[in-house]
Amino acid sequence: MNDMTRVERTVDSKAIKIAANDVQVHYGDTHAIKDVNVEIEDKTVTAFIGPSGCGKSTFLRCLNRMNDTIDICRVTGDILLDGEDIYDKRVDPVQLRAKVGMVFQKPNPFPKSIYDNVAYGPRIHGLAKNKAELDELVEKSLRRGAIWDEVKDRLDAPGTGLSGGQQQRLCIARAVATEPEVLLMDEPCSALDPIATAQVEELIDDLRKRYSVVIVTHSMQQAARVSQKTAFFHLGNLVEFGETGQIFTNPEDPRTESYITGRIG
Amino acid sequence: MALSWLLLILLALAVIGYFAGRSRALASADGDARALHSLPSYYGYNVALTALIPALGILIIWLLAQPLIVENTVSGMIPDTAISEGSDRGLVMSEVRRVAYGLDGAIASGLLSEAQARNADADVQALTQSLKDAGQVLTQDISKPILLAAQKYRGITSTGSIAMQMAVLIVALVGAALAYIRTHKEFRARNVVEQGILALLLLAASIAILTTVGIVLSMLFETMNFFQLHSWKDFFLGSTWAPNFRGGSELSILPLLWGTLYISLVALLVAVPVGLFAAIYLSEYATGATRSIAKPLLEILAGIPTIVYGLFALLTVGPALVSLFGDGGALGLGWMASSNAVLTAGLVMGIMLIPFVSSLSDDIINAVPQSMRDGSLGLGATKSETVRQVVLPAALPGIVGAILLAASRAIGETMIVVMAAGAIAKFSGNPFEAMTTITTRIVSQLTGDTDFASPETLVAFALGLTLFIITLGLNIFALYIVRKYREQYE
Ligand SMILES: Nc1ncnc2c1ncn2[C@@H]1O[C@H](COP(=O)(O)OP(=O)(O)OP(=O)(O)O)[C@@H](O)[C@H]1O
Ligand SMILES: [Mg+2]
Repeated sequence: MNDMTRVERTVDSKAIKIAANDVQVHYGDTHAIKDVNVEIEDKTVTAFIGPSGCGKSTFLRCLNRMNDTIDICRVTGDILLDGEDIYDKRVDPVQLRAKVGMVFQKPNPFPKSIYDNVAYGPRIHGLAKNKAELDELVEKSLRRGAIWDEVKDRLDAPGTGLSGGQQQRLCIARAVATEPEVLLMDEPCSALDPIATAQVEELIDDLRKRYSVVIVTHSMQQAARVSQKTAFFHLGNLVEFGETGQIFTNPEDPRTESYITGRIG
Repeated sequence: MALSWLLLILLALAVIGYFAGRSRALASADGDARALHSLPSYYGYNVALTALIPALGILIIWLLAQPLIVENTVSGMIPDTAISEGSDRGLVMSEVRRVAYGLDGAIASGLLSEAQARNADADVQALTQSLKDAGQVLTQDISKPILLAAQKYRGITSTGSIAMQMAVLIVALVGAALAYIRTHKEFRARNVVEQGILALLLLAASIAILTTVGIVLSMLFETMNFFQLHSWKDFFLGSTWAPNFRGGSELSILPLLWGTLYISLVALLVAVPVGLFAAIYLSEYATGATRSIAKPLLEILAGIPTIVYGLFALLTVGPALVSLFGDGGALGLGWMASSNAVLTAGLVMGIMLIPFVSSLSDDIINAVPQSMRDGSLGLGATKSETVRQVVLPAALPGIVGAILLAASRAIGETMIVVMAAGAIAKFSGNPFEAMTTITTRIVSQLTGDTDFASPETLVAFALGLTLFIITLGLNIFALYIVRKYREQYE
């Protein structure tokens, strides 16, 4: 329990970055997300926890409209980013995704060189004025993804040739390179060893200074270590949402308590 | 006994063997299937396959070898004096064969008895007459040596077939008996059947390969005959295609190759962009409903016989192009004199190749994992950026392979070019002129009255073989590219 008190909890309330009201998600006939209301604060790490299949990834994908790519997926309710409804017709999902970056559950590097993988976002959005600036941006991102030392001598090698854990860190670096305002991470550490995990957690803590981060995780310790807010999902419902310390030490809902003490999930 | 009867008997033997083997196995285990090493049916299959496979193998080899042996023996019998001026042994042999079949036919229709057909001292004139009465095709009156050879031919062939039937049946029976005797509850029938199935599959594969080898060899022999009559230098390095059946032809492949490649290039310029874009639309943009209608529609194009494309070129595309580019045409350019042109053939061939390119590319693009697209979209890329920078590069090796396959189809395509390309062999870069291809020349050299001893006819085989080697090379290159890139990406 020491872990949980270690991170300094900032109690003063921050600006709301993303607000979700009455969000429902259907996959065809499957009702995957039911009536979810949640407020994600700026400059905060929010953890989504819950048993497998409860809808964490689904909800996360709503936040940058990645669910648009799934034909049978239907989202209702509103999700406001900086007070603006992201499902509004005037909002361009492409622009939105540049602001709300994502690291996927399964590592998905492009079949390109490591360098081109990281430079992909900056090139599309014209973030670098010249080659030198791009080089610098790529190096910075790879360092933040805690993979620079392993790949600095083979930036031209294909990204798909890396190990699973290295691929995941490459994907993190790739997402960070685009300088998003919100970073959504779907189990970013599930394929990583403890050292890389610690480095990624350090990165998340660092990102918190400027961005808002949402992380899905199956590790209670991780949620407790890195997040300030925690949301517990169960069977498509948001059961409990609050201060991480509160959720882990004094949950209100019996389901939350059973889950974090290992009785369901 | 006809071949079909032999096959039926073999099959019956296999079926009987199956049940016999099965019940013997069960009997050896006192009717308790669990005491057997393998399932009861495996013992049955074991007997059936042991009877069938070696017998079929022998049958196939015999069928392939017997005609060669008969031909050799009989052609050795024909005295040189029987070969008239201007003819050769091959022609005489075909006459012998014709007489042999004629005798068979006459016996079948009851005009001749077996004894009469075998009579070596038969009156040649009378025999010729009775064969003609029986409606058999003979090109000349039968001479004595030819009759003798034909009788010999029939004799060897029929002894051969009887021997073959005996051999096949004996092998089948011995196989069945051996397998039957070996059947016992300890016997590992399952493992043996596994090997039997392997042998069956090998047999099928080797038939396919042997046929290919046979085709290549037959082309090769005729090609060698051609090069004995005509210099290879003119064929490969000359610059003129001017066949002349009175001799002194110039037969160079180069102008034909140029025409072939030029028309194929035009076809690919049409088919690759259109096919690829259609594939991208279908796999990336179209909704499920559109896709389920558009894809079959596109594939209908692939089912149209090429002769119909040829008609389309001849009657629609050619005149349309002339009315655009021709004298007094809409553009007032006067570039195109006749509807037979490289452009006509290339355009229509391109249309023919669109479904080929699009359906292959569509499969390849669909095989790119969705997670790759998600990754790109998740970074704020648009759909077309994702397609251009992630999906296509990932699918590129497969697409290059598809394009090369389309190219080899274009090079080998015949009907469209026969009808739309024209017949003039020349080097020219003007797409509005008529040109000709390797395939059309093969057709024209082999149609009509042909004399298989003249270089003008035999050149068709040399052309065909060269074409075969070009397309083979292209296919191998396509495979190489696909493999190389695949390694890089995995
Ligand atoms: N593409 C899809 N099509 C249909 N149903 C889906 C799809 N994706 C998810 N689902 C369904 O939605 C529900 C929630 O899935 P989701 O992937 O969000 O779970 P999760 O909480 O992320 O689980 P995990 O921890 O295992 O990743 C599941 O019941 C799943 O079957
Ligand atoms: Mg998930």
